[in-house]
Amino acid sequence: MDMAATLRALPRAVELASPGVRNTRWQPGRAAPLHSEIFAPAAEASGAGGALALALDGLRARAAANDAGDASAIEEKAILWVQEARAIKLGGRPYRAGLPEDWRHRLIHVAAKTPEDALFALEEGVRCRDFACVIGEVAGNPKALDFTASRRLSLAAEKHGVPLFLVRLDAAPDLSSARMRWRLRAAPSAPPLWNASAPGKAAWQAELFRARKHPPGEWVLREQDGRLVQLALSGQAEAEGRVPPASVTPTAPASAILSPAGERAHG
Amino acid sequence: MAIWARELAFDRWRQAQGCKPGEGADAEPTVLIAETAHGPRIDAANAAGRAAGPARGMMLADARTLCPQIVVHPGDPAADLAFLQRLAIWAQRWGPWSAIDAPDGLLVDVSAVAHLFGGERRLLADVAARTAARGLVTSAAIAPTAGAAWALAHYAKAGATISHEEDIAARLADLPVAALRLDHDVLLVLRRLGLKRLGDLAGIGTGPTGRDALHRRFRNRKSPAANPLIRMDQLSGLVPEPLLPVIPVTQPLVQRRLMEPIRHRDLLDTVLADLAEDMVRELEARGQGARRLQLGLWRVDGEVLLRELELAAATRDAAHMCRLFAAKLDDVDAGFGIEMLRLRASWAEPLALGQADLEAAAEAHGTSLSACIDRLTARLGPEAVQRPVPHASHLPERAQRWQAPLAPEPAMQGELAFHTRPIKLLDRAERIAVLAVCEAGYPHRFRWRGEVHDIARVEGPERIAPEWWRERGATRLRDYYRVETASGARYWLYRLGLPGDGRGGEPEWFLQGLFA
Repeated sequence: MDMAATLRALPRAVELASPGVRNTRWQPGRAAPLHSEIFAPAAEASGAGGALALALDGLRARAAANDAGDASAIEEKAILWVQEARAIKLGGRPYRAGLPEDWRHRLIHVAAKTPEDALFALEEGVRCRDFACVIGEVAGNPKALDFTASRRLSLAAEKHGVPLFLVRLDAAPDLSSARMRWRLRAAPSAPPLWNASAPGKAAWQAELFRARKHPPGEWVLREQDGRLVQLALSGQAEAEGRVPPASVTPTAPASAILSPAGERAHG
Repeated sequence: MAIWARELAFDRWRQAQGCKPGEGADAEPTVLIAETAHGPRIDAANAAGRAAGPARGMMLADARTLCPQIVVHPGDPAADLAFLQRLAIWAQRWGPWSAIDAPDGLLVDVSAVAHLFGGERRLLADVAARTAARGLVTSAAIAPTAGAAWALAHYAKAGATISHEEDIAARLADLPVAALRLDHDVLLVLRRLGLKRLGDLAGIGTGPTGRDALHRRFRNRKSPAANPLIRMDQLSGLVPEPLLPVIPVTQPLVQRRLMEPIRHRDLLDTVLADLAEDMVRELEARGQGARRLQLGLWRVDGEVLLRELELAAATRDAAHMCRLFAAKLDDVDAGFGIEMLRLRASWAEPLALGQADLEAAAEAHGTSLSACIDRLTARLGPEAVQRPVPHASHLPERAQRWQAPLAPEPAMQGELAFHTRPIKLLDRAERIAVLAVCEAGYPHRFRWRGEVHDIARVEGPERIAPEWWRERGATRLRDYYRVETASGARYWLYRLGLPGDGRGGEPEWFLQGLFA
């Protein structure tokens, strides 16, 4: 066992100082903030898939919080999926037959020619009360998507309560006011039950590198039994199946320690 | 009352040429032709043309041998019909409703109307005078039934009338059987039977045996135009004859003439807001909402600028209309000023009264779905905002189509969910170079966009045969594989064709989809 892993398994000083901090670790099934950014490579559909999974998880959490009932009570609202022309060229368009079953008839797709048009469509989308969530895909770091634009999106999303997931394909993390910023890439999937040599259900290696309310961390996310589950990274304490949040190993890289206020936007 | 415009096509042609009958261009033998499968056929000929030989229905080549100096112009039956529709609406000046009698006649209901014009004779004189003033050669007649009026207008001398007390069949006994509005082949049969006048038909029809004989002869002809007995009964009023009235539909239209031409954008916006308010009132009165709006800007120098707007759902929201038009007015060049604005709802749909959705409410509670889609399509264009719908096809790229977001989904058979499909599909499948293939035919390593991927896990093949009812015979089949690379990325590959299937060289590999 190498030294670094042992060190990473130890609680950090900020967690020892205030006992509540440890429970703020992100976990699926909690109400998500309304503006998230997901950085993903353009040669995979991990960004779109992860955004869909996170959006679905957020909607389930909202429905559960609203009526404390089952998650099937999610209202049948439409979903807006905005793609910029370069993102379409790199990663293709959404394919209806591959979407989750109950999302297929609810998808409305916008193919924007320029990043400016995509931002306009995203903002109109989050200002519409009839959308369950808005997913955007923008390739690279266009000039139009600066801090001001991202702040506009954050404010609009929070005013109208429509969650926005902005997938950034092949982009460098620049200034942004997104409340959660993820770095996603595909992880090897769990082998399916019947054919061990076939690809299984999608899994993503997700690094939460900037969040307002949570300390950073890195996990493997996977859809399981209709829920999003969070697994520890392989190589660390391996726990198959459902992992109680308290036992998740803290895996924050030392460089991404959160500022105490958690307010300042940084890359 | 039946009105027959005897030379409707030529009257229109004369108006277009700007000449009187028998003068100018009309003095030469002229024909209007229609293209048929057997070559050009004469549709109408003017008086000089008829005198020289060519007649209606003759082939143009035959007519040219009779009269080599003939002048030929193409006919326009669609415009003639449109003209006839306008004429039918105009003819409602003589009666409460009118119907078209294609190709060149009108029927107007003048029951209990004639006294308003001073009697039937004066009514017919009025018709003749007014249609002549419009440059039409017409003959009109009044009778208790539409069939009788038609027969009189076409085959009796002008201005004939039949009153209610008279016996219709007896008055019309001398007219030819063509006055029954029958098809050509039926007329031919009647001529061969020796029945040339309506009186002949009525004479046979008196005894029960005579009518039975005609009935047997035409027992299979159910359509009135093919059965002289039905036509005869319609003519004498024994059987009703329903007619389809022409009803004028006007589009909601509002306009503002300005005292002073405007040249500035803020004034234009104000006038547009006023127009939108007027339009909303207009639509509200009709219980309709606008689906397509057209704004016309008349400039001082005579130029007309048009801006069109199409909405996803019927609306009566003035602020919404103004907001959508605002984006389209940025490139308007006012020149020396705009003196008139006209807003027209060229497509309106029924829309029930609803609670007013104030702009303030939209600001506080968000916009509605249709309003949001309108805003998106107004800026990005209708082809940018769409939704995927399934289509009955085996080929993945063909199994999905795009349609307008709020249109209803087409009816589909349930989809079979045997196979996993990728979440994203490339617009065009990209060719990849498969560097190594296992003995089982599975790909082992491939290069895509300049990067080499090692395949860790693979499932397949899922064979999708070409759709033979749609494609050429030599199209190759596709073997689809779901693969996962060593790093975890999941792709959908296919091999086009089989080695040695005789449909081209070595099979090629493509990457078509990306799994989540």
